[in-house]
Amino acid sequence: MKPEPAMQVPLLDIDRLAIEAPGRDGAPLRLIDGVSLQLAPGRVLGLIGESGAGKSTLGLAALGVLRGGQRVASGEVRLAGQALGRLDPRAMRRLRGREVAYVAQSAAAAFNPAQRLIDQVTETALACGMSRADARARATGLFARLGLPDPERFGQRFPHQASGGQLQRAMTAMAMCAGPRLIVFDEPTTALDVTTQIEVLVAVRSAIREEGMAALYISHDLALVAQMADEIMVLRHGRMVEHGPVRQVIDAPKSPYTQALIGARGLVRTPRPAAPPILQIRGLDAAYGEMKVIGGLTLCVPEGGTLAVIGESGSGKSTLGRAICGLLPWSAGEIRFAGRPLSAGLRRRSRAELKEIQLIHQLPDLALNPRRSVGAAIGAALERFRGLRGRAAREETARLLAQVELDPGLAARLPGALSGGQKQRVCIARALAAEPRLIICDEVTSALDPLIAEGVLKLLSRLQAETGASYLFITHDFGAVASIADEVAVMRQGSLVASGPLAEVFAAPSDPYTAALLEAVPQLSPGWLDEIAARRSLPDTARKDHAV
Amino acid sequence: MGRLILRRGGTGGLLVLASTLLLFLAGEMMPGDFASKLLGASATPETVEALRLSRGLDASPVARYLGWLGGLLHGDLGLSLTNGREIGALIASRLGNTLLLAGLAAAVAVPLALALGTLAAIFRDSWIDRAVLVLTMVTVATPEFFFAYVAIAVLAVELNWLPSISIPRPGMSVWEVLQVLVLPVLTLVVTSTAHVARMTRASIVAAMDQDYVGTAMLKGLPPGRIVLRHILPNVAAPVSAVVVMTLADIVVGLIIVETIFAYPGMGQLMVDSVAKRDITVVQACGLIFAATYIFLNMAADMLAIAFNPRLRTAR
Repeated sequence: MKPEPAMQVPLLDIDRLAIEAPGRDGAPLRLIDGVSLQLAPGRVLGLIGESGAGKSTLGLAALGVLRGGQRVASGEVRLAGQALGRLDPRAMRRLRGREVAYVAQSAAAAFNPAQRLIDQVTETALACGMSRADARARATGLFARLGLPDPERFGQRFPHQASGGQLQRAMTAMAMCAGPRLIVFDEPTTALDVTTQIEVLVAVRSAIREEGMAALYISHDLALVAQMADEIMVLRHGRMVEHGPVRQVIDAPKSPYTQALIGARGLVRTPRPAAPPILQIRGLDAAYGEMKVIGGLTLCVPEGGTLAVIGESGSGKSTLGRAICGLLPWSAGEIRFAGRPLSAGLRRRSRAELKEIQLIHQLPDLALNPRRSVGAAIGAALERFRGLRGRAAREETARLLAQVELDPGLAARLPGALSGGQKQRVCIARALAAEPRLIICDEVTSALDPLIAEGVLKLLSRLQAETGASYLFITHDFGAVASIADEVAVMRQGSLVASGPLAEVFAAPSDPYTAALLEAVPQLSPGWLDEIAARRSLPDTARKDHAV
Repeated sequence: MGRLILRRGGTGGLLVLASTLLLFLAGEMMPGDFASKLLGASATPETVEALRLSRGLDASPVARYLGWLGGLLHGDLGLSLTNGREIGALIASRLGNTLLLAGLAAAVAVPLALALGTLAAIFRDSWIDRAVLVLTMVTVATPEFFFAYVAIAVLAVELNWLPSISIPRPGMSVWEVLQVLVLPVLTLVVTSTAHVARMTRASIVAAMDQDYVGTAMLKGLPPGRIVLRHILPNVAAPVSAVVVMTLADIVVGLIIVETIFAYPGMGQLMVDSVAKRDITVVQACGLIFAATYIFLNMAADMLAIAFNPRLRTAR
C-alpha cells in the first residue's frame, strides 16, 4: 500500500518561490510569483498554462536550473529535503540525473547527433557508478517497457535513425535510467502527431507507474494533463490560479481562467446548407522532385463554406495548399476555381486570379517581414491587388485592423512588438486586404495557445459570415475542425481516406484510419487514456500496479 | 559511404588531370625562352635552335602534352630544360625540406589555433575572447611577405637573435637546424592560425547553444565531460575541414616564405625555374602543389563524412 502523501516528507517542496529576470527597461520581470507546491514520492502533478505562464521556468527550478539571467527573488526549492539554492555546483550536479531528471519537448534536438542512443541513455547511470553491463541491461529493459522496437539493438542507433515518437520514449528511458525519484516532463508530446502522441503517452505513463517515480508533467493541453496527472496546477502570468485533484479541477473549476480553458474546447459550429463548389480539385498529383507527395486527389470547397483538410505530418496537406496557391506546380490533374481551370504555375496566373486566392501561414513570425511595419505589410497587398495608395490605403488598413479586432494604432508597429495572436490577426488582415473569395488557412492556430486559438477561430467564423469568403482549413487539430468546418477531408500519405460533411465523417467514420485518428484525440475525461490502453490491450502491465 | 568516397576520389583524379592541362597551357604561354636565357645574348640563333631541338621542343604541343602525361603515369616527371637532368631527382631533396618546414609549421599552428579557439569559446565575451578576436583579425589581414620582412627587420637585423636566411647545411645539429627554421615557421604559423582559431570558436559556440548540451547539463554531467563527450564530437567535422584547408594554405604559402628566407625547398625551386624559363620544372612543381591541394581538400571531405553519423551510416 502506498502511504498517504500527507504523512511523508515531500520529495519536492517549492515554498513561495519567486523568480525574476531582467526586463527590457532594466526593471526586473517576475516570471514566477509566489508559487508553492509539494509533491510526494510517486505522485504526478500536471502543470498547465499558456506560453509565458512560467511552466518551464518552474519545471527547471525543480532541477536547480535558472536560465539566462534569472534569479531567485524569494522562497526556495527543496528536493529530498535539500535546499537547492544552497548547494554548490558539484553537489547540484550529483542531484541531477540521480534524484531528478528532465524530459524535453524536442527529443530530436535534445539528443547528441554524434553519439549512439545507448551511450547517451546510460551516461548518468554510469556516472552513478553502475557497471556498464548493468546500465545496458537497465536501458534495454526500459526500452522494452516503453514499447520501443527491438529493445536489444535499439540503443545502437544514432538519433537520426529513430523517429520522433521513438526519440521521445528514448529520452524518457534516459531520464529513468539512473532511477531518479522525480522526472520533469516539459511538453513531451507537443511536437508529435496525435496517433504517435497516444502511443508515447500510454508507454510513458505505465513506465512512471511501474518505476514508482514522481513527475511534474508540463503541458498546455488540459486534456493530456488530465490523463497523466493525479493533481493539476494551473499557472498564469507566473501565479498559481488553481490547484487540486484532477477530477475536481476538471469537473468543478473554481477560477474563471480554468473555466475558460475548459470551455475553449467546446466551440461548435452550426453547419451550413450545402453550396455549389468554388474550388474543384480532380485527380491531382504533386511531387517535390522525385518524391511524390500527393497522388490522385479529388475534393471540393463549398462556396462561402469551410472544408477542413485533416492529416498527420507528411500527409501532404500543406503541399495541397501550396499547389492551390500556385507555389508548387502540380504534375497531373486539374484545379478549377469558380468554374475556370487554374494554371499550375504562379507566373501564368493573372493578377485577378492571384487576388482571389490568399494564403495564411502556420507561423506568423515567418510570414511577416520583421523590418516592415504592420501598416506597410497590409498596404502592400492593398496597392497590389486593389490599387489603393496614400490616404485611401491608410483608411482601409485601419478598417481591416479593426475588422480583425486589433487597435488601428498598431499599423505603425513592427511585427516584433506584437504577440503571437496579434501577428496571426495581422496575417488575416493582410489576406483580407485582397478581398479574396478563397482563403487557405495552413495550420493557422497550431502555434497559438488554446484561448488565443479559440479567439482566432471565432474571428475567422465571423469574417466568413461578413465577407462570404470560402476557407480551405488545413489542420491536425480536431478541436479546431469541429468549431470551423462544414465539410471534412482526411488525408493520409497524399491521398484521400474519407470526406464528406463534418457530422457524417466524425460521427461514423467509415475507414479505420479516420477512426484511429479520432480515437487518438485527447479527451478531457480523466479515464480516457485508461480506456484506450485497455482497448489496445498493450503487452505491458499498465494498470496492475498503480500503487507500487 | 564507399560510393561516396569513390566519387570524391574520382573527382579528385579529374581535377588533377585538369590541373595538368592548365599547367601545360600556362607553360606554353609563358613569354621568353629557356634556351636564349641559358645561352645569353651572344648566342647565335643556330645554337639556340639546336639546344631547343635537343630538348624535344620541336614536337607539336599536343604530342608534348601527351608525352608528359604518359611519363607522369609512370611516375616520370621528365627532364629539366636547363640542365637536362631528371626532375624527379632534382625535386626529391627539395621535397624533404619543404615537408619539414610545412610539418613544423602545422605542428605548431594547428594545436595553437585549436587551443586559442576553444579558450575564446569557453570564455565567451571575456577579455580572452576579445584578445583572440583582435589578434586573429590582424594576422588574417597580414600577408606572409609583410610579416616575414617585419620579422627579419626586428628579430634578425635589429635584435640579431636569429639568422635572416634559413639554409640548413649538412653537419648542423638538430638544434641548429631548428634555430635556422624559426623565422619561416613563425611566419607560416602567424599567417595560418587565424582561420582555424575562429572556426573552432564559432563551432564550439554554436554547439554550446544546442539543446543536447542543455540536456547534458540537466543530466548533471561535469563541464569537462560535456566538452569532451558532447561538444567536441560535434565540432570535429567543421574544425577538421578548416584544419585541412589551412594545411593546404601552408603549402601554398611556402612558395613565398621559402623565397624570402632563401630556404632550399620546392617553392624556391619553382620560383628559380620561372626565372630561368625552365618550364618543365615549373610544371612539375606546380603539379605537386596542385595535387597536394586537391588531396587535402578531398581529405577534408572524407573527414567530414567520417565525423558525421548521418553520412557514415545508412538510415
